[in-house]
Amino acid sequence: MTESVVERVLRIEGLMARVGDTDILHGIDLEVRPGEVHAVMGPNGSGKSTLSHVLMGRPGYEMTGGSVTLDGVDLLALPTWQRARAGLFLALQHPTEVPGVSLESVVAEATRTDGRTVEGIHDLLVTEASRIGFDERFVSRPMNVDLSGGEKKRNEMLMLGALQPRYAVLDEIDSGLDVDALAAVSRRVQEATEEDGLGVLAITHFSRLLEVLEPDRVHVLAAGRIQAVGGPEMAERLESEGYAGVLAEAGASVGLPRGVTHPDGPDAGFGEDPFADPLV
Amino acid sequence: MQRDLSAYGELAAVVVVRNGWVVETTCSSDAVHVGLYAGPVGDAPDGEALFGGSQEEPVDLFGHLNQAFSPEPVAVVVPDGLRLEAPVVIATLTDADGAAVFPRVLVQVGNDASATVIELHTSTEVDALVAPVLEATVGCDGRLNHALVQELGPRIFQLGHQAFRVGQSGRVDAFAVGLGGDYARTRIDCRLTGRGAEGRLAAAYFGEDDQTLDFRTFQEHAAPDTRSELLFKGALDGSSRSVYTGLIRVRPEAVRTVAHQTNRNVKLSPDAWAESVPNLEIETDDVVCSHASTVSPVDEDQRFFLESRGVPTVAAERLLLEGFFEDVADLAPHPAVAETLRDALADRLDRRDAKSGVEATS
Repeated sequence: MTESVVERVLRIEGLMARVGDTDILHGIDLEVRPGEVHAVMGPNGSGKSTLSHVLMGRPGYEMTGGSVTLDGVDLLALPTWQRARAGLFLALQHPTEVPGVSLESVVAEATRTDGRTVEGIHDLLVTEASRIGFDERFVSRPMNVDLSGGEKKRNEMLMLGALQPRYAVLDEIDSGLDVDALAAVSRRVQEATEEDGLGVLAITHFSRLLEVLEPDRVHVLAAGRIQAVGGPEMAERLESEGYAGVLAEAGASVGLPRGVTHPDGPDAGFGEDPFADPLV
Repeated sequence: MQRDLSAYGELAAVVVVRNGWVVETTCSSDAVHVGLYAGPVGDAPDGEALFGGSQEEPVDLFGHLNQAFSPEPVAVVVPDGLRLEAPVVIATLTDADGAAVFPRVLVQVGNDASATVIELHTSTEVDALVAPVLEATVGCDGRLNHALVQELGPRIFQLGHQAFRVGQSGRVDAFAVGLGGDYARTRIDCRLTGRGAEGRLAAAYFGEDDQTLDFRTFQEHAAPDTRSELLFKGALDGSSRSVYTGLIRVRPEAVRTVAHQTNRNVKLSPDAWAESVPNLEIETDDVVCSHASTVSPVDEDQRFFLESRGVPTVAAERLLLEGFFEDVADLAPHPAVAETLRDALADRLDRRDAKSGVEATS
């Protein structure tokens, strides 16, 4: 049986990756379909950022097994810029400062590469800026230079809105944002899922983001594997029980990679969750 | 000798120097009317007094040779109180094969006067030694904007010297663009001798093939409350080399000096080579001084960031390099100079893209 239409899905199967000599991801399975929001939550060091970087092909992050396809396209065979062209967007946890290069010139270059006209780019960016309550001057100033953490994240959303990817990986987009900025950013992502059918993989420590951006599924990542999967209620459970509680129930330990024992004994340090949201 | 200077708009004067000799002088009647002199030093009023204004003795052998053999120095005299809007352009051409050429320019900006002087150094494809000297003085509350755009041919050896001296509350902005020459060395001295004097030095350079571009700078603070800023940026492609050596010297009397020095180099090829040696010599306390220098390839994180937005690698590097020079280009004393720099950069990046395209397909 053959399908005449390509199945629309970002499919991650058995993804393994390493950074330097250290294996970080030990087999990740995840599917994101258009319009869906998937949250990946996990403690520090669980592999969340590695997952986002290896998907986008950041130098230094090496895939060692598994596959990733975007609407049928073998993503990991492509250089970074072609992954973006295929429809993947990565909003960085720490957006890079690029002296002398404006956001507008980058979006224009990407648009030109895509064979589309750059006419109206400026107006589009101005409109996008107003949608997230952002001053339009950020469109033409040097990208992220001397901006606050919140402004950098809004820049990421500005580009997300303008480039209109099919799937977006949001790497801790909520870190460093104040309440208003968080609301504006989450609302914009939510709208993109509804209007454009954007599929979202939101990587986060805390459930605050998910109060506005409601996830279809929540995946709990620890020690390089998805240890538990649930609906939106999973985020609430993580909030109240902490990672340790949820992971203990799932039969997983937290914190140290497999095969590594804590110097104070196998159970040391896991009595209370060291990763719980301090603001709760 | 045809030269398109239309990008400079209205000009106060144009002096054309060929192999060291003044061959053409054009001054706008308005500028002459208000007292500007631009032309051969021999015809300048009290021209003799212009020598040694900013540099008593030549600094090296080539300075001595220039002093001995410069056939017809050009003088630009801006009298006290004259604020000249339109720039003075001095176009210095070398087209004598096998020659040693010694162009010399003497600039005097009087008290409370201001001027923009732009030097364009070019050559045809000849083998020649060019040893240009500039002596420039700025009076009290005077202001000089100077640019030297060096686009010599590929077989020229250039050893140049520019000496600026700035009086009380005066200011010089000196801008250098280094593009041509087989070996091109430029020494720039900025002496702040009056209280509150200010010197801002900027340069952009781009080396290709096996060129060597060499800059030596001196920021000398010899009076209290003086300020100097230096920003030199270069890109090195092919097997080209660059040298930057700079010294900030703060004399004992120069209290409350503020001096900064920044040199950044981008290596575009593994065979390119850049040396950067900043130095400080401070003989008083109560100063604010800093220096910074870097030599590195194109920033990997920045490139990844642009690539992750769908910009191909080659285009991403291009954007980054244009961005790298943008803050220097903003310091150009005239929009046409900034434009020349951007055009030259675009040409070089085109050549680079063409070469990498050839390598990618071979």
